[in-house]
Amino acid sequence: MSQQIAGTPSGVGAIVARCEQLFEDLHFNAVKQWKAAAPGRKAIGFMPIYVPREIVHAAGMLPVGIFGGGDQMEVIQGDAYYQSYICRIPRSTLEMGLTGRLDCLDGMLFPSICDVIRNLSGMWQILFKDKYVRYIDVPQNYLDSVGGEFYIHEMQELRDDLGKLAGKAITDDALRASIAVYNDNRRAVQDLYAYRARKPWQAPTSEVYLVIRAGMVLPPEEHTGLIREYLISCEKENRPKRDNARVVLTGSFCEQPPLGLIKSIEMAGCYVVDDDFGLVHRWLLDEVPATGDPLQELSKAFLHRSNQQASKYDEKKEDKGKLLVHSVKFYGAEGVIFAAPSFCDPALLERPMLQDVLARQKIPYTAFKFAENTGQMAPIREQAGTFADSIKLWSAA
Amino acid sequence: MRCFIGIDLGSTTTKAVVIDEQQQVIGRGITNSRSNYDTAAKIAQQEALVNARFHLFRLSLSKTKVLNGGLESFLEQLERDFRLEQFLVQLADLKATCERNAEGSRFGDAAKAVSSALDEVFKRLRGEAAGLFAAGAKRRSDFFRDIAGSRYLAIGEQVAKESGMRYDMLLNVFDRSIIEVENRVYGDSIKPNLLAALKRTYAALPATRKKEQVINSPIQSVLDTALDETYTVGTGYGRARLPFSKEHIRSEILCHGLGAHMMHSGTATVLDIGGQDTKAIQVDKNGIVESFQMNDRCAAGCGRYLGYIADEMNMGLHELGPMAMKSTKTIKINSTCTVFAGAELRDRLSLGDKREDIMAGLHRAIILRAMSILARSGGIRNEFTFTGGVAKNEAAVKALKDLVRENYGALTLNINPDSIYTGALGGATFAWRAVLEEGKTAEAR
Amino acid sequence: MSTSANQPGTPVKMMPSSAAPKKPAAPVQKEDAMWLQKEMINRNYDELATAHETGRKVAATFVPGNLNELVMCFDFARSLPETNALQNGMRKKSGKMIMDAERDGHSEDVCTYVKADLGMMLGGEIGPTGQKLPTPDLLLLSYTGCFTFMKWFELIRQKYNCETVMLHTPYQGDGKISQNMRDYVVKQLKQAVIPALERVSGVKFDIDRLRQYMKESAKAEDDLVKVLQSAKNRPSPIDGYFGAVYYIGPMFTAFRGTPEATQYYDVLRQEIERRVAEKKGPITPEGEMAEEKYRLVVEGPPNWTNFRDFWKMFYDEGAVVVASTYAKVGGVYDFGFRHDPEHPLESLADYCLGCYTNMNFPQRIDMICKYMDQYQADGLLINSIKSCNSFSAGQLLMLREIEKRTGKPAAFIESDLVDPRYFSSANIKNRLESYFQMIKQKRSVAAGAAAVH
Repeated sequence: MSQQIAGTPSGVGAIVARCEQLFEDLHFNAVKQWKAAAPGRKAIGFMPIYVPREIVHAAGMLPVGIFGGGDQMEVIQGDAYYQSYICRIPRSTLEMGLTGRLDCLDGMLFPSICDVIRNLSGMWQILFKDKYVRYIDVPQNYLDSVGGEFYIHEMQELRDDLGKLAGKAITDDALRASIAVYNDNRRAVQDLYAYRARKPWQAPTSEVYLVIRAGMVLPPEEHTGLIREYLISCEKENRPKRDNARVVLTGSFCEQPPLGLIKSIEMAGCYVVDDDFGLVHRWLLDEVPATGDPLQELSKAFLHRSNQQASKYDEKKEDKGKLLVHSVKFYGAEGVIFAAPSFCDPALLERPMLQDVLARQKIPYTAFKFAENTGQMAPIREQAGTFADSIKLWSAA
Repeated sequence: MRCFIGIDLGSTTTKAVVIDEQQQVIGRGITNSRSNYDTAAKIAQQEALVNARFHLFRLSLSKTKVLNGGLESFLEQLERDFRLEQFLVQLADLKATCERNAEGSRFGDAAKAVSSALDEVFKRLRGEAAGLFAAGAKRRSDFFRDIAGSRYLAIGEQVAKESGMRYDMLLNVFDRSIIEVENRVYGDSIKPNLLAALKRTYAALPATRKKEQVINSPIQSVLDTALDETYTVGTGYGRARLPFSKEHIRSEILCHGLGAHMMHSGTATVLDIGGQDTKAIQVDKNGIVESFQMNDRCAAGCGRYLGYIADEMNMGLHELGPMAMKSTKTIKINSTCTVFAGAELRDRLSLGDKREDIMAGLHRAIILRAMSILARSGGIRNEFTFTGGVAKNEAAVKALKDLVRENYGALTLNINPDSIYTGALGGATFAWRAVLEEGKTAEAR
Repeated sequence: MSTSANQPGTPVKMMPSSAAPKKPAAPVQKEDAMWLQKEMINRNYDELATAHETGRKVAATFVPGNLNELVMCFDFARSLPETNALQNGMRKKSGKMIMDAERDGHSEDVCTYVKADLGMMLGGEIGPTGQKLPTPDLLLLSYTGCFTFMKWFELIRQKYNCETVMLHTPYQGDGKISQNMRDYVVKQLKQAVIPALERVSGVKFDIDRLRQYMKESAKAEDDLVKVLQSAKNRPSPIDGYFGAVYYIGPMFTAFRGTPEATQYYDVLRQEIERRVAEKKGPITPEGEMAEEKYRLVVEGPPNWTNFRDFWKMFYDEGAVVVASTYAKVGGVYDFGFRHDPEHPLESLADYCLGCYTNMNFPQRIDMICKYMDQYQADGLLINSIKSCNSFSAGQLLMLREIEKRTGKPAAFIESDLVDPRYFSSANIKNRLESYFQMIKQKRSVAAGAAAVH
């Protein structure tokens, strides 16, 4: 896309190029370099959607988001373990593991997102016996005394385990400091999203996405700086504003669409003003107090002030789609694109309910499926283009 | 002599292999699978037995040294003449059948015209028959249906035009008749056909005529030797439909494993990519299957996929491999889904990618799927034997070699020119083992 | 079943086990107990159909983590959408329902139980027996061992506005049940589930009533385990997969804890003990299996749309399933767990936490390896179900691990629960035959090798 490489090489172009390099590097050299910089450093991988990275960070370790193998990696061994009706992300993740690409990780965390990732946690225990593996069960009951207590216990176990792995217990102070670091990072990400929603032509999603993905392999402090830098150099750009439709993209919270697909949507005439790509960065909706009991604060934030998404239970019918509708209104979107990975149970089971909510709110939507290695973009370009055109027609009418 | 026969009833072709008591392959036969599996099995077997006769001719003639130096050309001529005789017998049957069917049709006033047109068509067909089987003549297929069919249609169209009648009437008669004819087995005519062919051969090779007596005697003694069907084992996708008792049926996986072992005794891993499915088989040193995996319900990456691609590109299936070999650039094709293949292909072409590069990418994608199925079955061990229709595709073989080297290092890859007979050979070997190792006798259904 | 408040499970008159089934000239052969369970299930459908007329509330819940004893304490009629879907599958009704749901916007990629259920609702909620099923008054979302359960009830709630209560059963990610997990479930029972059950039913919770039901459960569980473990005999008197589907029916659905279920399992156990004494093989739809040629362990649920054809592919070849993981999907009892009236809520928690699909991969592999050994199986067969990622994702690793650990051959086939489009008879038969022949061949090689020594 032309606007991606526009601009001075030292500004946006350089930042984006760096992010793209991090994104494409399936050997995780950034992680290796981080580890090599000081003796004894450890890195812990995690899968979508959310893990309390603060605990990993407080142990002095680097949390590394493992978001599949993209569209450039050939998958052989990963395919040997999965039937054709299972999504792609566990295949490519296994492939990376079995081909040594994840050797730089000292452990892996598997959040409770769906049955496939859940089962992958056990497969990992069998296939990578020398690594630390933990399944992260998050509560579906939102009472502090019930789900909260359970979750605090779970986090405490993770804290103990990582403390052991690090060779020293994780103190409350360390946790509080990490909470502050991630608060900072979250603010930066929120600013980035707000900026894009304000000026999507200045910060196209194909770039924003790469900046977000950089946060999966960089230490949070560095990532925060990178976002700030990107925002500043973005603003200096003078990029053409187009008459695009403003859309919220939803459903891609786990397996990621190929970059080409994101570009295709934009080329087809859509400005993506909100998405759920790297939801871990924005899972908690606001500040986590960095003063109180850290695990309790993390738990409260999760229970009462966290994102809404298909693998999280909605207690009441009225809650369904609330955040999606809010996002449409808040970011001034004109429609919603459901972009779900093929065979993604959470996204595809959730979709009819969200569509129902949108229909009642008279918010237009369209839907398609992808895989992280989807090769053909023409149908998607066509569909997104038609959707953008129809939105314009509706708003003109 | 005792013969052990394996019949592999595939979805498109039926193959038969005959082995002797020393487990030597003495005959192979192939025919197109028809709606009638019994017939396909019988014909394949008959072809294999004919082939066995030729093998025996060769053996006994070479012992006599009578044709010293000229043996191969003599046998080649004899086989061509035999095929011609066989063709003429079937053609006569087809003519009679067509006439019968034409009579039964309500062609009304046109009946007479149809009848004389048929006469003319078959006259010309008979006339050109010798040419079809002449030395060096190229036939697209050896199956009667294909040869007679294509020529009948061409000549029929001409005759219809000349006589000013409707071509579709001739077509209609043919369509109804060919099914009957191809489902008939001409078992009794083998010997007379061979003797008639022999006459033709002497005429064609006058130099041999003066040795007629010396040549005829070993041939006659081969013809007098009964080829006993001591034990037959059926296999392949249609095996359940074979007219054998359960004892005589083996799964194609087992037969394939054993067949590959018989062809290349060092075989440890077998990959078979056929039209319908992909199989990865691990065998022990005796050819016994230890584990196997087949493509899952999704047929992505099977031979059929190449068929779709060929259709999509408006090319012949056999042209894909050579085109892919011209590739100079690697293009990654991610979808081996037959449903999406067309879309991805068009997408690539519209992006300006070259056809040969796309083709190379597609072949690699298919082999990638096979590599996963192999990994599922336990990986590739030395030696590795590749069979099935796709093994004839040079681009697929190249992709396989590359990927095997990248993932498993250097090992021996066997591709047998007769690999289409792998399953049937396994079946024949099972038949041999049933009798000579297990002391079984043939069982009726 | 009576509808009186205190005794929802008045015992029914049982047929003597020697009596012929009531059905005249049954075309299909079943054990007496199979007829009994069929009657029980049909009666439950009657009860559901008339529940609202008779003033009863209806609760719907899932098979894994099914809290039947607790729900009975509040006089609910009990509906199990999974059972409805499978019954519809067996009666060849599910295909249309699934397509109706897909037309209504559901993806072809997702679970067909869900789509069959939603399709049934779209079609006027006519249940498998042809009776109209009531809209549930409460959806008890026992979120145990299956992610889809959560979406399933959210989807029903979205359409029918039913009150829903979540019971989140944490997963045994570390292969054990921790006190934290148990406490979490018990607290949810106390603070969320029981209050919701009380509110919707208007019945006050009585823990002694719960204890009483649990006593019945424990008795029946003892008998079920004996029945399932009878397959350790040679020949096995039961089929531990196709046959077991009938045996687990009452226990895994609306009957666990009722005296009639206890009685059913008593009759069944006696029947099976007799078969063991007489050295008889399992009863198949075409009569008693003549010769036991292959003993298999099966992982994964069965296919329901072609259940009979599928079973036939086994008994025609003399293959009997001696143990299956599916027979543990509504509770793993054969390693000692029983509902415990002394610790009612804790044992409900342990029950949920211990269900097969809530176990992690190393546990599942261990369990199957144990079965292979204890039941002297010749091999493992995995029936991989498209709908059910909880079972299926990773089964190919299980296959490889179990082959490695036991040295016995494993095979892999694919089908679906209730989607007739996903059952390829020729394909499955081909693989099964190859598999059986492979076992046979290996066996003869082994016998040959043994003879040499």
